[in-house]
Amino acid sequence: MRAEALTAVSPVPGVPKPDPVLVADGVNRHFGGLVAVDIDHLEVQRGTITGLIGPNGAGKTTLFNLLTGFDTPNGGSWSFLGRDLAGIAAHRVARLGMVRTFQLTKALVKLTVIDNMKLGATRQFGESALGALIPWKWQKQEKEIEARAESLLERFTLAHMRDDLAGTLSGGQRKLLELARALMVEPTLIMLDEPMAGVNPALTESLLVHIKALRDQGMSVVFIEHDMDVIMDISDWIVVMAEGKVIAEGRPASVVANPVVIDAYLGRRHGEAAAPVTGARAIDERQGEGRDNGI
Amino acid sequence: MDFDIVRLLVDALRSALGTSAVMFALAGVGLNVMFGYTGLLNFGHVGSLLVGGYGTAITVNSGGPLWLGILVGIAAAVVLGLIYGLPTLRLREDYLAIVTIAAAEILRLLTRSSALEPITQGVFGIQKFADEFYALNPFPLGSYGIWRITWDANTLWAIVVGWLVVALSVWLVWALTRAPWGRVLKAIREDEDAARSLGKNVFGYKLQSLAFGGAIGSLAGVFFAVQSQSVNPDSFQPQFTFLAYAVVILGGPGRVMGPVMGSVLFWFLLSFTEAVLRQAVTAGFIPDWLLSAQEVAAVRWILVGLGLMVLMTYRPQGLFGSREESLIDAR
Repeated sequence: MRAEALTAVSPVPGVPKPDPVLVADGVNRHFGGLVAVDIDHLEVQRGTITGLIGPNGAGKTTLFNLLTGFDTPNGGSWSFLGRDLAGIAAHRVARLGMVRTFQLTKALVKLTVIDNMKLGATRQFGESALGALIPWKWQKQEKEIEARAESLLERFTLAHMRDDLAGTLSGGQRKLLELARALMVEPTLIMLDEPMAGVNPALTESLLVHIKALRDQGMSVVFIEHDMDVIMDISDWIVVMAEGKVIAEGRPASVVANPVVIDAYLGRRHGEAAAPVTGARAIDERQGEGRDNGI
Repeated sequence: MDFDIVRLLVDALRSALGTSAVMFALAGVGLNVMFGYTGLLNFGHVGSLLVGGYGTAITVNSGGPLWLGILVGIAAAVVLGLIYGLPTLRLREDYLAIVTIAAAEILRLLTRSSALEPITQGVFGIQKFADEFYALNPFPLGSYGIWRITWDANTLWAIVVGWLVVALSVWLVWALTRAPWGRVLKAIREDEDAARSLGKNVFGYKLQSLAFGGAIGSLAGVFFAVQSQSVNPDSFQPQFTFLAYAVVILGGPGRVMGPVMGSVLFWFLLSFTEAVLRQAVTAGFIPDWLLSAQEVAAVRWILVGLGLMVLMTYRPQGLFGSREESLIDAR
């Protein structure tokens, strides 16, 4: 398995990987005076689950936005499957096989679950205005898409909600739907922004199983998460960001033991009073959310 | 004098099936593509009607055949849609509303300006350019109708053709929106970033929606111009756009038949209210100091406005909208 190839990789920030699917070089983004993201070098190994962690406001979501074309960096270059992505529009990035989900779930609430799914399929003949007027051609493709959507819904235990509006789904089910919908694009690399946030423990467990299954099928997964148990459980590799920079990366065991990481999370003088730390994190959280929503 | 119920109904029905209803139905079908399906706030929809009407009139006036004029009108509306969209669609959605309402006013002011008078004939407008259309009228002179709802031969001809065009455009919208193309539009309406993350070219679809919706809107302008044999800049005031919105919302945005039914109902209510008020004033049920005959036309708008407010309160999804969908919106 490709994840095994990572055992030989030394746990230092910016380390090259044997078979990178995504490479970022000098990608940076400023909001006024604030440096949100400033990556020297980062590679993501193909066929692995890479956890992206860091305190709130570390620039994780901004990095996602930059890499997937939802935001434009102030400088730097990045490539996916060896293809330079600078200046490529978000929808083209998705078509190339790098698909992302969102921190605030974007289930299309007034569409049915099955329509949400079918939307995800690419290269649909009926999606061009002229093609739409030739029903006998797109309807055949539509059937194939529907079959694929149904088997995914089955896998994600949403099949019974098939014809319900997505707005009637619970928060956790919407997360499942968003993941399943992203899979309709048939991505090579899937970027999940806090897939477990607000999901109950039982559903988290099944999401974890799904994500592992994706890797076992050969897909590469990058995901942002705050729950340490989740991260340690499923990550093959962990990248730690703080204040826009990659401050550490490595196998899970090496990352938790890394003093740099502990400092970033708890502040340099950890072990003193707990209350000021929580206070600081609460502020961080608000700033982080404000930024995430603004993009 | 008593109320003449039959006359009330006849007046209202004539209006509900007549030329205004056709025009608003067409305008509404076009607006529905942009607003109802794609969620684009185009506040300059009347601009499409203006270029449709003027495109026809100017072409015929400079010696072209009527069919060419109609094509020019439609093409001009497609171009207008692209002009609306290209600079604004990448910005936040309210910018589109601001730009389009201004652009439509610019168009109206340009057509009535003295600088363009050699082409548009300024405030006087252009008349008598649709003789070709009436030459094709298969109905011999006379009065036609069902029951007491009657039209003269030329109006009937315009109405029949008009409703056929409405049917055709409704069919086209139906065919496109039931296909995956329409699904992408609805996805963009819900959340364009989600659509983008699934590989859909949101910008391209929005442009298509503006161009297509504008083209159907231009048919309303063409119909109005041909039917009345005249175009005048001041027929294309901004409030037309908002009445078209009322029609779409009344019928249920994002529903194929919504704008057509909305238009019929809108004109029924408007004429019915007016007829009731007129009869009441004439018969003395409403004293003169409260409402005089001259004020009826204005008061009916107030009443219809109130009616729309009541409808929106108790049936926010419009006539054809789905209750389920509107409830989700409330979350």
